[in-house]
Amino acid sequence: MNPFSYQRANSAEEAVHLAEVPGAMFIGGGTNLLDLIKGGVEHPQHLIDVSRLKMADVSELPDGSVRIGAMARNSDVANHPLIRQRYPLLSQALLSGASAQLRNMATVGGNLMQRTRCCYFYDTAFDKCNKRVPGSGCSALEGHNRMHAILGASDQCIATNPSDMSVALAALNATVRVRSAISERTIHIDNFHRLPGETPEHDTNLNPGELIVAVDLPPSLFANHSYYLKVRDRASYAFALVSVAAALDMHEDTIRNAALALGGVAHKPWRMPGAEALLVGQKLNAASMQAAADEIVRGAHPYEHNRFKVELARRSVVRALSKAGGVA
Amino acid sequence: MSVTGQPLNRVDGELKVCGKARYAAEFSLPRMVYAVMVQSTMPNGRVKKIDTSFAEKSRGVLSVLTHLNAPKLPDGGKAAIDPPAGRVLSLLQDNQVHYNGQPIAVVIAETLEHAIDAARMLRIDYERAPATLNFATAKSHGYSPGKVQGSEADSHRGDMDLGLREATFRVSATYTTPMEHHNPIEPHATIAAWDGDRLTLYDATQYVSGVRRTVAKTLGISEEKVRVVCPYVGGGFGGKGSAWSHVLLAVMAARQVGRPVKLVLERPQMFGPVGGRPTTEQVLALGANRDGRLTTMHHGVISNTSFIEDWTEPSAIVTRMLYACPNQTTSHRLVKLNLGTPTFQRAPGEATGTYALECAMDELAYETGIDPVELRLRNYAERDPDKNKPFSSKSLRECYQIGAERFGWSRRDSRPRSMQDGNWLVGMGMATATYPTNRGKAAARVRLMPDGTALVQSGSQDLGTGTYTVMTQVAADALGYPIQQVHFELGDTAFPEAPVSGGSQTAASVAPAVRAASIAARNQLIDLALADTESPLRGIRREDMTIENGWLQSRADKTKREPVAAVIARNGGRPVEALGDSEAGDEKKKYSMHAFGAVFTEVHVDKDLGTIRVPRVVAAYGVGNLLNEKTAHSQLVGGIVWGISLALFEKSELDLRYGRFVNANLAEYHIPVNADIRQIDITVVPEQDPHVNPLGVKGIGEIGITGVGGAIANAVYHATGRRIRDLPITLDKFI
Repeated sequence: MNPFSYQRANSAEEAVHLAEVPGAMFIGGGTNLLDLIKGGVEHPQHLIDVSRLKMADVSELPDGSVRIGAMARNSDVANHPLIRQRYPLLSQALLSGASAQLRNMATVGGNLMQRTRCCYFYDTAFDKCNKRVPGSGCSALEGHNRMHAILGASDQCIATNPSDMSVALAALNATVRVRSAISERTIHIDNFHRLPGETPEHDTNLNPGELIVAVDLPPSLFANHSYYLKVRDRASYAFALVSVAAALDMHEDTIRNAALALGGVAHKPWRMPGAEALLVGQKLNAASMQAAADEIVRGAHPYEHNRFKVELARRSVVRALSKAGGVA
Repeated sequence: MSVTGQPLNRVDGELKVCGKARYAAEFSLPRMVYAVMVQSTMPNGRVKKIDTSFAEKSRGVLSVLTHLNAPKLPDGGKAAIDPPAGRVLSLLQDNQVHYNGQPIAVVIAETLEHAIDAARMLRIDYERAPATLNFATAKSHGYSPGKVQGSEADSHRGDMDLGLREATFRVSATYTTPMEHHNPIEPHATIAAWDGDRLTLYDATQYVSGVRRTVAKTLGISEEKVRVVCPYVGGGFGGKGSAWSHVLLAVMAARQVGRPVKLVLERPQMFGPVGGRPTTEQVLALGANRDGRLTTMHHGVISNTSFIEDWTEPSAIVTRMLYACPNQTTSHRLVKLNLGTPTFQRAPGEATGTYALECAMDELAYETGIDPVELRLRNYAERDPDKNKPFSSKSLRECYQIGAERFGWSRRDSRPRSMQDGNWLVGMGMATATYPTNRGKAAARVRLMPDGTALVQSGSQDLGTGTYTVMTQVAADALGYPIQQVHFELGDTAFPEAPVSGGSQTAASVAPAVRAASIAARNQLIDLALADTESPLRGIRREDMTIENGWLQSRADKTKREPVAAVIARNGGRPVEALGDSEAGDEKKKYSMHAFGAVFTEVHVDKDLGTIRVPRVVAAYGVGNLLNEKTAHSQLVGGIVWGISLALFEKSELDLRYGRFVNANLAEYHIPVNADIRQIDITVVPEQDPHVNPLGVKGIGEIGITGVGGAIANAVYHATGRRIRDLPITLDKFI
């Protein structure tokens, strides 16, 4: 039997206190965790329900940045005026994810914590998955790996992070605020998710018991020129084969600043500062876009069924930049 | 006025949207307990050891059935095997494992949660044997199944050598379609309840009588002891046409624990032990003379089956009759794989076969430079060239014409990659649709009640298609009752027997029986009135009598009338009851019976990203009379939607090492979502067919999916210049 206790936390303090015991997990909207529990992938001993914590606001901070409470629902964030006006990229990314019903349930904190859709991770009948059972091997390496990583993977794990939101957060240089029973800290989005390396069982750099309390977005000059492109097998309700968060700060027809992040290609949102640097100071044209596209997938290593992803990623970057810059 | 054909709302619509329509899994019986089916996790070998001790000690567990303790069934559980629909089941009679996902144990517990939990505690050791999983390498061992659903596996007509010599133009290509699984919204579900030696089943099925027969034969008991109830089905699509292992396992479990048992498959369990569409590889070789007339056709099909049973996807059958061509060969070959047995899936054969054939015809159109519609008209079969009989009716010419007009086919620039809209490459393609018109033996009972209502019953099924509604309409018209006064019941073996709701035959089979029973009851009622000294109708000649809107009346003098209830009341309130049955006669020997249609599609393919959209499908069908314009339209739309799915989305992805499907869930097994479905324009051309059945209806359950795969693939070629001969057409095939 896999019995678990369930407790509803009334405050963040209480939540992190309750989570100090081994086997505790936080549950927000539960749109991913409940599936994983039912599938026998996750075995929490204690579920700490944080979904009712008063951390669902989207608000402006004195320095002009915007704070999104970790319990804010994906649909509320996507439709919040501050997000729509200042960070339309995030709004677009959120709305391209899942379905309306799931977005109504899913929280921002939970979205950051969602686990890979790797079929070998999800189905416990497959005996080899280092993410699920460390040391057991990786079934995807020589298995059905069409959805899998082409960048930053290891021979231990080639899973991808399935989030759309996180890709936009990466391009927007978000900061994740987390707290434990003893301290509070911030983690830059680039350091929040990990590459699999030798320890693919860890998706993030959160410490045990740490609770995500908010996501902060710094002031952005990208609002007028951003685009989230999600390329997938059907028009809605499908995980990205490749997605691109493209954001530009344009001065007349010159790129003053650029941010690019890829989804669906790695264990975390994929950024390559060199690709962005290639755009800065340039005009947005076929040559500059192609250069950035080539650079961001530099070092890509595809597998048997996902070879197309490398070229698809390049083309998607060009398309997303074109859309962001209003040239397509 | 006749209500048959009218676009009435579903009589069960309100029940369904209010959640009051009770499906098999929603019944609850006193003392009912829950069973979970445990499946193998490797593809070939045997169960060496199965340790049930932890599971048996687990809280709430009543019993764990395995091959070690399951009751031995007569004939090893094989007594009911009757191909192609009576399946070889996995009923814990031995320790052999033939595929990953085969049922190997059943855990029965007080609650579903207890059963699921205990199922995870089974410790199973296998002795593994090498498995055959790769269709591509196994296909060289293809063998003939002999027969394919009643037809010969191979066919030959004319002189192929002559046909080849006469061919100015030739095309030859290989097309492949993937394994698919039905995935109706309602999973398979069975509740089994024994009362002494009598068994009642609530089962999600397309064939209550078939389930009864399979269960009774397998157990070696009389069919009279078994009752199967199934008032609603949440989609079957062929998958629920056979009684699969879980039905018998629920029955065995209920007997084991002496309590009613509910066994509902989980979504991942829908991938394997309950059938699906097999992989096909189809070779098409066509030759045509200078005028584009076919001089030779070859259609060779290889599909996979399991190691436990032969089941053949009859993809080439359609090629035998669709076009006039004097010289032709077709063949079907099977390859055994360590997978669950495939089965009927919406338009089995026609859905996959028309994809390949209609793509090949498009390739021939480009080869000859003849417009695809014109090419099909030049090869129009006026008679069935396979059976050498006239068609009972055929409106395909009108379908081509109306479809082309509504679509705007004449605006198409036939050169590939010639039309573009921004980043979208625009393509237009067309194909022929067809499905046989089937009819089975059916019976119905009508009871005219003293309250003025009529109760009509037949042991048929409503798969969500509208059977309740159309039979109510047919009965109301035949009785002369207002439709509100007619109550139709189905889905119970206690009712007169009706055939499987498969092969698009329910309307064509059951409606004539309902009408016959209704007419018989109506005539009895009229006789009763005419013989009744107290009736104002006494003395009127029988042929001058009518029943309209629930009133018996004289045709000549409409003032002479009385309500039907009055006649029954004076007869001691005894209901007037009549049976009616119906089956095909000699007409099948004289005529070839098929429905036909033409499908036109527009597709947009992103020139860089390969993403595909289908903004428009225009289709025209000749399908005889419609019993209900609205439910018929929904059926055809549903078929086209699945055709889009077949073309662009669906594929059960097999891991070739484990023999296990990796996308066995509705997040990753892609079917269209609303955003994928845009405009679907359907025209049903008027068609009177006096031969198919007394109501002149042709089945519409399956024709909608046919042709669509070909029409979309052809439009994709037109848009991109790329001929994708492997379904589904996903974006990676353009990168």
